[in-house]
Amino acid sequence: MRALLATNADLVITIVKIALLLFIVLTVNAYLTWFERKVVAHIQSRWGPHRVGPHGLLQPMADGLKFFFKEDPTPAGVDKFVYFLAPLLALALALTSIAIIPFGPDPIRLFGHDIYLGIAPLNLNIGILALFAITALGVYGVALAGWSSNSKYPLLGGLRSSAQMISYELALTMSVVGVLLMAGSFNLRDIINAQASHPEWGIFGWNLWPQILGFLCFFTAAVAETNRVPFDLPEAESELVAGFHTEYASFKFAMFFIAEYTSMITVSCLCTIMFFGGWLSPFPASWTFTHYLPSVILIPFGLWVIMDGLRYETVFGRVVLPGIGTALTALGLALIVLPQFNNFIQAPFWFLSKVLVFLFIYVWMRGTLPRFRYDQLMAFGWKLLLPVSIVNVILTSFVILAKMQWGQQ
Amino acid sequence: MTAPLIVFFVLAALAVIGAINLILQKHPIHSALSLIVVMVALAGLYLLMGAEFVAAVQIIVYGGAIMVLFVFVIMLLNAGVEEHTSLSKMAGPPGLLLVAALGAFVAATIAKSGASVQAAAQTGALSSTKGISEMVFKDFVYPFELTSFLILVAILGAVVLAQREKS
Repeated sequence: MRALLATNADLVITIVKIALLLFIVLTVNAYLTWFERKVVAHIQSRWGPHRVGPHGLLQPMADGLKFFFKEDPTPAGVDKFVYFLAPLLALALALTSIAIIPFGPDPIRLFGHDIYLGIAPLNLNIGILALFAITALGVYGVALAGWSSNSKYPLLGGLRSSAQMISYELALTMSVVGVLLMAGSFNLRDIINAQASHPEWGIFGWNLWPQILGFLCFFTAAVAETNRVPFDLPEAESELVAGFHTEYASFKFAMFFIAEYTSMITVSCLCTIMFFGGWLSPFPASWTFTHYLPSVILIPFGLWVIMDGLRYETVFGRVVLPGIGTALTALGLALIVLPQFNNFIQAPFWFLSKVLVFLFIYVWMRGTLPRFRYDQLMAFGWKLLLPVSIVNVILTSFVILAKMQWGQQ
Repeated sequence: MTAPLIVFFVLAALAVIGAINLILQKHPIHSALSLIVVMVALAGLYLLMGAEFVAAVQIIVYGGAIMVLFVFVIMLLNAGVEEHTSLSKMAGPPGLLLVAALGAFVAATIAKSGASVQAAAQTGALSSTKGISEMVFKDFVYPFELTSFLILVAILGAVVLAQREKS
């Protein structure tokens, strides 16, 4: 047994990593729904989920249980095989794309093995291409669900989504070419490291500034690819009931739901990596005092949660909230006491903070923006995003060429 | 049997079964799905040979763009189950003959160039993105540019055809 483990260590590590990442992503997904409902509610002057657990914190679990125990009818006249395949495909592809994302630069040393954060191998030289390949297949989940349901609204939703995704995929791919030209690599780790070439520039070394056009195109196209507001025409509820997943219930519906939220996370990670320096700190590298920032955020937040929790109206809340607050404060203190641990946590801390900001922007947009009309959507994608991203590619190439010309003299 | 060999046989079997299923299925969407399986299995085979870039592009272009268009058109036309007419008498014997000839030709080509293909795969000239781009933009730049010109003409043609006549 021990010998078998030693010879297949990489395999075992990868399987453990996959299980762990799956658990984390599904949990984050669940709480993303809570986060979204809370933020949208506050935008609209409501309270949001409030009954199940303190501040509605147990709502995701209640929803998850509900998905499991609901009746799962199969409508008459559906194409059975494709009807069952579609949600599986959507979920599997969405989860696979997370595997390509690297979450931190340094390995953890455990049992004599360097374990890197992220499942894909370090030298995955087609990193971003592999991600685009997976997103390119992702459209089948939606399109086939719409077609196989044998119902009018899903078919319209499926048709809309395939047209939308084909159109916006072009702009999505073209808008990152500028970043790829600057990094000279498809590898996501290389792309982040290229943004660290001037450690003292901090936030001004990120791709965001030279590639601002590319970023705007990329984020817009990515929102459209994930079928979120204001591009959620495939499931426009006022026109199409629920669009492509109208005929899906129970856990099959949940699979589409999880797939959508997972692709939101992937897109946020990708924006962070391509344009916002990935795990790089926004401060110059010599400002080592900024390493205490996680503690500076965690300890006051934890204390506030304790204070707030002690005054909560239910007994359960008065126990749970101070507990969470104590854990957060303890974590913040531990980071101060253990400098080695604190240094390690810096990169993942910045990565996750940036991803969280993008997820907030997603939710913010949902609470603010109205939906596009279909012809507006098509005109926007083809007549604005695509030309602008092509102009961005040409501009970037000229600048890089000019630098090569004059740099060598 | 080594692990890559097992993976090869699984992917090859997937590709062949997908291709046969493509013909046997009666509904266009099922046929299109089988073709997607073939494309993805082929991408896996390229990956196995170390041609990462070609594998990714195979999925993006064939598995993604082109097949999505197929599925989209089938959905748009709402094509139903195809009807089989009585089989043509010409299709049987000449078809088999053609299959045999094609199979012999492919087998002969593989037998002749098997060693050189393996060598090419091992040198990595085709596997790295850099190697491919150098070949495309240095050795084959004129054919490449001509092809892109051809595609541009085709796009213009599509736009002209799609434009409604002014009334």
